Amino acid sequence: MSAWTFLWAFLVGGAICAIGQLIMDATKLTPGHVMSVLVVAGAVADGLGLYDPLIKFAGAGATVPITSFGNALVHGAMHEAKLHGLIGVITGIFEVTSAGISAAIVFAFLAAVFAKPKG
Amino acid sequence: MARLGRSTWALGERQVAVIAASTVAGSLESQGPLSDAFDVRLSDDRAGEDSWERAEQVMFHRAAELACEKASVKPEALDLVVGADLNAQLTSFYMGLRHLARPMLGVYSACASICEALAVAGLAVATGFADKVLAGTSSHTSTAERQFRYPTEYGVQRPPSAQRTVTGAGAAILGRGRGKWQITHATIGEIADFGVRSPWEMGAAMAPAACDTIRQHLADTGRSLNDYDLVVTGDLGRVGLDILRHLLVEEGVAPASLVSVRVSDCGAMIYAEDQPEVFSGGSGAACSTLVTFGHLFREMERGRVNRLLLCATGALLSQVSAQQGETIPSISHAIAFERGD
Amino acid sequence: MPIATREEQARYQALVHRLTPGRPIVRNTLRAFVVGGLICELGQVIQALFVRYGGFKPAEAGNPTVAVLILLSAIFTAIGVYDRFAQWAGAGSAVPVTGFSNTMTSAAMEHRSEGFVAGIGGNMFKISGPVIVYGVVSAFFIALIRYVVEHL
Repeated sequence: MSAWTFLWAFLVGGAICAIGQLIMDATKLTPGHVMSVLVVAGAVADGLGLYDPLIKFAGAGATVPITSFGNALVHGAMHEAKLHGLIGVITGIFEVTSAGISAAIVFAFLAAVFAKPKG
Repeated sequence: MARLGRSTWALGERQVAVIAASTVAGSLESQGPLSDAFDVRLSDDRAGEDSWERAEQVMFHRAAELACEKASVKPEALDLVVGADLNAQLTSFYMGLRHLARPMLGVYSACASICEALAVAGLAVATGFADKVLAGTSSHTSTAERQFRYPTEYGVQRPPSAQRTVTGAGAAILGRGRGKWQITHATIGEIADFGVRSPWEMGAAMAPAACDTIRQHLADTGRSLNDYDLVVTGDLGRVGLDILRHLLVEEGVAPASLVSVRVSDCGAMIYAEDQPEVFSGGSGAACSTLVTFGHLFREMERGRVNRLLLCATGALLSQVSAQQGETIPSISHAIAFERGD
Repeated sequence: MPIATREEQARYQALVHRLTPGRPIVRNTLRAFVVGGLICELGQVIQALFVRYGGFKPAEAGNPTVAVLILLSAIFTAIGVYDRFAQWAGAGSAVPVTGFSNTMTSAAMEHRSEGFVAGIGGNMFKISGPVIVYGVVSAFFIALIRYVVEHL
């Protein structure tokens, strides 16, 4: 990664969030709806082969937003499908996203054990 | 006692008295502009309990106990307890007040519940079926948030028209004859539905119901807005209050000059605009209760208000109805108070 | 008056629209851009550190970076500041993976009062569920279509 990646990480990451904000403010969609739309958008982008180049050039600006979750799900499915045929589309989906989901579950659990909501 | 017009019960000039009223206010309310009007001011909305729900029950119980103390009425002497809250199946009312061990009637009209409770309580006293009745409501910002919207630590951005559910409880003891405040009329509202769907627009959802009930009350009693020193709605918030004032003028209930000074809203009064995350103002079953039993009753005692019309407003929805794409119908019940001796 | 006709509803909606303060769209979008950009920037720095000192290849460093951001978000949610921050930052806090972690952490914390199994366990995915469901469902169809297209 070059020094430029640091600049593009900020700009691309900011832009994806700005798009999310515009959708939330201009439509009646809830944050849950908007996140779902963005995840699907990330999946579609990867299906068209557009997300990986974005990651190469924007680094964390593309891997940190929730869109990358959709990208990772498609990656996992495609990777397994290459190895094992059509069944891989089902068996591979969570392959790459395991870190994110596992971390989220474990840390959410620990937070619930040790902390009370402040209201 | 008489039935007036379509929807109003005239309970008599000196028949139903509020002997005493109490208020228990949560932390944000205790830091607000009406803070010194509340009997108990909590610094922590959890009230030392394990859950938000238990905290709300404890507040409700405290308000009931305190009301009995102030009225010099022992809980055993209560003939009837009428009340409500926003939790599913009225758990705050039933669980919170179960230790009073008296006959109980839970009512529900969302944030209009205090007027519904006062109407039922007033009816029981006026007809002679009860001598001493306790009427009260509670609400809690966190129990409402997690039931109707989201977990309290969830980071969701609220728009300027959103409102904050009031944390607190209030109770009044009603009895026959004369007292510091008299309840003279109750007007039972009808559902108003103008197609509002957004949970961030509760004020807009409820304003038509308030307008309709005010209009009906005045028509039934033959009074005009001028006959009241103050007409307050429960929790329309600043945005909803604005909308209501427009509606009242449009419907010809009163001229704009009168509406702008005589009509106000408890939700707009309970918080200062610069308090954190209050947006358009307060809401919740305890909003009108705290403001009326705390602040407005004191104003009446001091002679600044002689005749008050409280029109509490409720938005009728559940999580399921909202998710199924239903609109948010609303209802408003009115109670007319007069300064006693 | 009470149950409005279509025309009355439309007139009322127009009145409500006129009197409801608009959302400060420009301000919100700018804030979302800046905060979202900064969170991604933080991710970029963390990623670089994992490559430099953690022995990760650049392509692999995304995973532990996401895990660290999720941990940070869980901590800020647990101490009760994430929701305040989110009111200010809007999508800038919700769109990055930190927002995903916040949905799960806040739900788990809130429902602890209903116990570990039904409470924490049963509610953790309350808000994040749709993201996972639609992510997986769309990934399935997209991968399926691509596979079929590539093998035609």
